[in-house]
Amino acid sequence: MTETNLVTAIRETLHSEMAADDRLVLLGEDVGARGGVFKVSQGFLDEFGDQRVIDTPLAESGIVGVAIGMAMHGMLPIAEIEFADFIHPAFDQIVSEAARMRYRTNNDWTCPLVIRAPCGGGIHGALYHSQSIEAFYAHIPGLKVVMPSTPADAAGLLRASIRDPDPVLFLEHKRCYRAITGEVPAGDHVERIGAAVVARPGTDLTVVTYGYERHRCVEAADRLATEERVEAEVVDVRSLAPLDMAAVLASVRKTSRAMVVYEDNRTYGAGAEIASAIAEEAMFDLDAPLVRIGGPDIPAMPYATALEHFYTEPTPDHIYRAMHELARF
Amino acid sequence: MGRAPFVVPVSGHEGCQIGTAAALVPGVDVWVPYYRDLGVVLVAGLTPYEVFLGVFSKADDPASGGRQMPSHWGARRLQIVSHSSPIATQVPHAAGIAYAMRYRDEQAVVGCWFGEGATSEGDWHEGLNFAAIHALPVLFVCENNEYAISVRQDKQMAVRDVASRAEGYGMPGVVVDGSDVLACYAAMRTARDRAIAGDGPTLIECKTYRYLPHTSDDDDKSYRPRSEVDEHRHSDPIDRSAAYLLEHTIADAAALETMHAEVTAEVEAAITAAWDAPDPDPATALRYVFDEPDTTTT
Repeated sequence: MTETNLVTAIRETLHSEMAADDRLVLLGEDVGARGGVFKVSQGFLDEFGDQRVIDTPLAESGIVGVAIGMAMHGMLPIAEIEFADFIHPAFDQIVSEAARMRYRTNNDWTCPLVIRAPCGGGIHGALYHSQSIEAFYAHIPGLKVVMPSTPADAAGLLRASIRDPDPVLFLEHKRCYRAITGEVPAGDHVERIGAAVVARPGTDLTVVTYGYERHRCVEAADRLATEERVEAEVVDVRSLAPLDMAAVLASVRKTSRAMVVYEDNRTYGAGAEIASAIAEEAMFDLDAPLVRIGGPDIPAMPYATALEHFYTEPTPDHIYRAMHELARF
Repeated sequence: MGRAPFVVPVSGHEGCQIGTAAALVPGVDVWVPYYRDLGVVLVAGLTPYEVFLGVFSKADDPASGGRQMPSHWGARRLQIVSHSSPIATQVPHAAGIAYAMRYRDEQAVVGCWFGEGATSEGDWHEGLNFAAIHALPVLFVCENNEYAISVRQDKQMAVRDVASRAEGYGMPGVVVDGSDVLACYAAMRTARDRAIAGDGPTLIECKTYRYLPHTSDDDDKSYRPRSEVDEHRHSDPIDRSAAYLLEHTIADAAALETMHAEVTAEVEAAITAAWDAPDPDPATALRYVFDEPDTTTT
């Protein structure tokens, strides 16, 4: 076990996987000499060479499209999209090509590919360096969408994504990169994609969340326990596709109260899917109406501090207050 | 006979498809075709029976088991790469495959075919650019038939030759008569030698024409006059090839007739056999979204 932050956990996992298997290559904008804008691949160019650490032209569709070709010819590419906000030109390559390759060929051709993208807001990134994109892609059969929020999960899920025989979109919340530290198990640590984790155990209500919101929810739950003696259970789904509804439902059936918290725009967000699945499967286990907290339906986070803060905290302590109200219902 | 619900005509493109494809080496090179490339995939090794399994969307259709529309090729055993319906998405794939070939020290190339309409897409630009930067072994073949469904070339681009765009990427661009099968072969062979030598990609533009509508769902009378089609038929690549064989006494008329009869019989047999092949089992529609680890063995 070593204590580290999330971005270091990703770098060290990438490093150990690339050192162990020369089919792995990293490609994207600024991944080479610059070592990535978040320093994820710092030093990789010198160590692995420019055939394996590829500074690409500024063309996201091409990055993913080239990576698909590599994956279809025996390599294991890891494509980096510099910011998730810039992934949209590659939507067609991801959705029409990578995600459909196995299905459209009746299991003849496959596409083992990892696409990494830093996402999420709260770092003064404004409208085009703050977006949550997971819902667009979690809707697509054939694609896995993973979003860790702790260093250990980042390491274990990245390793699982690299070894997965199908395409994986690996989303890294930028606010977790350096703010979140934790212990990472040494050695070949692998987490199963599609397994939720209880981030904080509780008995009185269930909070389903992922990404940076997990940490806000745990903080609010800890305060609720101290101030009100209400024990909220926080479930981090860790991947939106596949979604571990069995774990969510087990918690909801235990606590009989459920809320969903996500940073993305509220309408049609991943929380809508989770909430509807709880309603379908556990309606009669609930003692209170479902609560859904998402970001406001505005185009991502505005730049000015006060405006950005309104997105993340529309009213002060809103997650805490929503938990409190749900417990008292 | 009306048994095929959807067909992508090839007539007129045979010269450039067969000529360019014949320069590649089956079992060594990789084929990245688009939907009109029946001639390319036959050269790559797909059998007429397999073609008609696709036409009738049968369970054993090697491209997709009846999941995709006909003429959406693919067969891993032959290294025919699967493609979709959106245009030019296969061009970056070709560059990526070529990158992997060089990374793995293979003495091989990728052939990548598309129409002139595809050259307007961003993916086309991104694929050629990446291939040129890394001097990858890709042969880009444009089958320029003057129309992208109904849109004439002068509404698609302001240049006369697609091949002139090659200079902008730093690769050679070659224009060739697409009805001259030997000229197409020669251009492709030169490009392959160059790619194998490590000198990078080539863009080959074959000037061709399609005699029939874009697909069986298209009505080409709405956008081009019959006289134009009839004029192009005077340089039919199959007729020209036959004339060449006769002129150089490589084959006589009887031999050509025999060949035609044999091919017709083979195609008829393939149609009959494919028509009688089993349809996909509806229960399989949910399979292979993801990898399915074998659960029958422990």
